[in-house]
Amino acid sequence: MEDIAVFIKKIEGEIDGLTPGTLTPDAKFRDLPEWSSMHALILIALSETEYDVSISGEDLRGCKTVQDIYNVISSRS
Amino acid sequence: MAFFAATGVRIKGIAAAVPKGIEDNRDYDKISEPERNLLIKTTGIATRHVAEKGTTTGDLCQVAAEKLITELKWDKSEIDLVIFVSQSPDHFLPATSILLQHKLGLPKTTAAFDISLGCSGYVYGLSVISGMLSTGGFRKALLLAGDISTHAMTPDDKSTWPLFGDAGTATAIEHDADGKIFFNLQSDGSGANAIIIPDGGLRHPISDKTYINEEVEKGVVRHRRNLWLNGLDVFNFSVREAPANMKALIEFAKINAGDVDHFIFHQANLLMNETIRKKLKIPVEKVPYSLPAFGNTSSASIPLTIVANLQKQAQSPQKWIFSGFGVGLSWASCYLETDSIVCPEVVYI
Repeated sequence: MEDIAVFIKKIEGEIDGLTPGTLTPDAKFRDLPEWSSMHALILIALSETEYDVSISGEDLRGCKTVQDIYNVISSRS
Repeated sequence: MAFFAATGVRIKGIAAAVPKGIEDNRDYDKISEPERNLLIKTTGIATRHVAEKGTTTGDLCQVAAEKLITELKWDKSEIDLVIFVSQSPDHFLPATSILLQHKLGLPKTTAAFDISLGCSGYVYGLSVISGMLSTGGFRKALLLAGDISTHAMTPDDKSTWPLFGDAGTATAIEHDADGKIFFNLQSDGSGANAIIIPDGGLRHPISDKTYINEEVEKGVVRHRRNLWLNGLDVFNFSVREAPANMKALIEFAKINAGDVDHFIFHQANLLMNETIRKKLKIPVEKVPYSLPAFGNTSSASIPLTIVANLQKQAQSPQKWIFSGFGVGLSWASCYLETDSIVCPEVVYI
């Protein structure tokens, strides 16, 4: 899987209102003011279409930071 | 594996009826404007048709069926099979199909029964009718598929209220020696809790606790007779299983996916369906949507999408894949070819 910086760019592209370059690996994504529950669906879709990796609601519930999501996806790709 | 092919069957017509009443998600004020905009963009659902209290799924299907029978100029005495597919029947008992046999003026020689399925129900219903017609013992059949899902919803639950619409459909299927439909049917009851109405059946009868509202999270207030939806689990299930199911169907039917004219998916959520489309590398113009105007119409979504989008194309020979996935969990797909389908305009009642 690609470097986490590329992954972060893709996430930033999916969350409206987020300034590019401001998201860090240790950011707690649920605490972002722009975050909505709808973004969880967007992350699952991103993982399926970009990496062909299936992540479940349970997987996401176990993630706190952007790095956690990256780790789950990269461990399966 | 539940693969099978039914020979001697062909779809001759499809009609749909929806309530006149419209709920516009742009007016949904239980959530903030940015959240509302993101919801509409992600789900693709702008408006939904919602039935008034007192209207039943059987009523909607009856209107669709009458319209279709008239357009096809079918002799009602020749209809010898009616199957009603729904998870919001008119009564616990008797079966809605039997009520409709009488209301539609069909003969007592008509076989009628219900199938309890939602999102996958249209394909499952088609599989049962096809199996029965392929015996040669039945000439003409009606598949009535619909739901008034909104009966179990409240505007206080943002996870369901903006998503669902009500609709009833009728599909006419005839014995035809040259027709053939391929099916791939699947199920997984371990995911039952992903979409469930907990109370009201025998497992959890209506009790003094049934109608107590509970705030599960901000914007999600519901009681035990409401529909509970775990959006993440359903999303994950659908984008994982629906493409695999269709790929297996394509192999089984020994067809070239590029030759299929239309892929009609259950209308659940734009992002979900687009993810499925991209995984299967299907061109966007082959995957029509009824979601923007009608929302998720459960068992009616596949036929409603055809009636709302492909009336003209359906009049000439077409190759189709239908794919339904959701509550159960249950999912199914089928491949079929049609010569000419009669598709009257959507009826608003």
